[in-house]
Amino acid sequence: MPAESLGPLHSLPIRRKRAATGLRRTYPYKLNAADIRRDFPILDRRVHGKPLVYLDNGATSQKPRVVIDAIRNFLENGCANIHRGVHLLSAEATQAYDRARATVCQTMGASRPEEFIFVRGTTEAINLVARSWGDLHIQAGDEILLTEMEHHANIVPWQFLARRAGAKIRVLPITPDGALDLDALPALLTDKTRLLACTHVSNVLGTVNPVSEICRMARERGIVTLVDGAQAVPHGPVDLGAVGCDFYVFSGHKMFGPDGIGVLYGRGKLLDRLPPWQVGGDMVERVSFEESTFRPPPDRFEAGTPNISGAIGLGAAFTYHAGLDWAVLRAHEDALVAAAHEALQSIPGLRIQGTVPGKAPVVSFTMGGIHPHDIGTILDSEGVAIRAGNHCAQPLLARLGIPSSARASFACYNTFEEVETLAKAVWKAHRYFG
Amino acid sequence: MDEYLEQLYQEIILDHSKRPRHERELDPCTGRAEGYNPLCGDKVTVFVREEEGKIAEASFLGEGCAISRASASIMTTLLAGLTAEQAHAKAREIYEMLTKAEEPRIDLAENGEIAALAGVRKFPARIKCATLAWHALEDALHGTEAP
Repeated sequence: MPAESLGPLHSLPIRRKRAATGLRRTYPYKLNAADIRRDFPILDRRVHGKPLVYLDNGATSQKPRVVIDAIRNFLENGCANIHRGVHLLSAEATQAYDRARATVCQTMGASRPEEFIFVRGTTEAINLVARSWGDLHIQAGDEILLTEMEHHANIVPWQFLARRAGAKIRVLPITPDGALDLDALPALLTDKTRLLACTHVSNVLGTVNPVSEICRMARERGIVTLVDGAQAVPHGPVDLGAVGCDFYVFSGHKMFGPDGIGVLYGRGKLLDRLPPWQVGGDMVERVSFEESTFRPPPDRFEAGTPNISGAIGLGAAFTYHAGLDWAVLRAHEDALVAAAHEALQSIPGLRIQGTVPGKAPVVSFTMGGIHPHDIGTILDSEGVAIRAGNHCAQPLLARLGIPSSARASFACYNTFEEVETLAKAVWKAHRYFG
Repeated sequence: MDEYLEQLYQEIILDHSKRPRHERELDPCTGRAEGYNPLCGDKVTVFVREEEGKIAEASFLGEGCAISRASASIMTTLLAGLTAEQAHAKAREIYEMLTKAEEPRIDLAENGEIAALAGVRKFPARIKCATLAWHALEDALHGTEAP
């Protein structure tokens, strides 16, 4: 993803005010973070009497005013069901819904909106593929290749599929610094491998995987690929042509959109042949008590009234997101990671999990015998919101040899001042329990 | 230290979490059970040895946060001499103290250090940490009830 990745920023000189926590940086690029922050009303909130420092963006991002307004405007002025009304409001709602799909399609460098199916989120998208594509194509003895850094959402649906079909799950391991071990990949792509499912960006390590290369290797062997983009889409536009996968899935709520809406992209030729997984209204052509026929994608996969306001909110989020200057913001996010690593590494006993260069702004760490939940509570008392736990990646944490970790995950609206507040709060936890 | 955090991390809690009592395997034991919190991956194993219908000794082993370790540690100091029934009643008192909407009326003289856990109720995300060892204890006692 970091196409214009900005390696040199990692080595920018840091001027220290005080030892360890006293980071002060001048922006090495033209960015006024206050401009972006103004778009997100919640960032003015106070928590326990302190300014909110929201570093749980990997769990969900905050929402800009334009997204909140788009949803409210629909509910206040345009609410109607889609596809089935002859009245003006229904026609407008249908248009808005279709426009949201077109926006997503266009922003991701594709040309066929019908390849983009609205779902509840990443989890539902993967379940859809495992049910619809998986039950059609996976047979006894087949292999499904996953990686050691997958989120539970990209493990359990395949486990269920493998059990149904009598297939086998195989796992591509990671290297000690938290990258996929690509040297091990060729041997795992066997003549039995039918599917490779891989995350674009690790929600724990921040590692940005070379998904284009991985998908190319799989495609050369006729293996279908699914890429979990949940942690990738928030950090800049993703060009699906460059990724080269068959399925790409993500949630709206991690990239400034509302919760309860996400996207399954599927290559048209694959989608056209797939059976529906949920059936009912709005996705059928003819229905009798004996038989039903189904509409083409995307409708075939969107049974019932969809999340219309969510789709409209997601469309607004995509428009907002695509309008940002990502060359600058990627540099900013890279610099935030570098600053966070620098500030945290000097704290005794602190260990950062995932140090692959060019990583996304996700910083997971453990600190000696201090439990991540206690770190999380101390940080919360300073207004700093992070995640503590296993991050829905138990196999990865088992591989890392830790039961849980603390995770600070950044968005483009975070600042160096917030990195400093984070580091001070972690020092406080160290003093409290050290 | 600030007042907000002190509600949760009272001196007694910090002391027990840093120097837990009875943190070891009990061998032989008459009952043992594992408590697991899938949200945070915390695990605790509770051991009990019953003699003549009463708990003679209890201990624990596990990984967890300050609250879950302190709760387990304090628990093991309270059980000696109790019947299984009395231990279950004690566990129910703890759950009530942690989850009831009203201020708990916990008798410090009678319950000693365990009253220090009362502050956890103001931190909803941490209540499961405090109850983990107690649930494991109840399972360990049930285990011994089976013939």
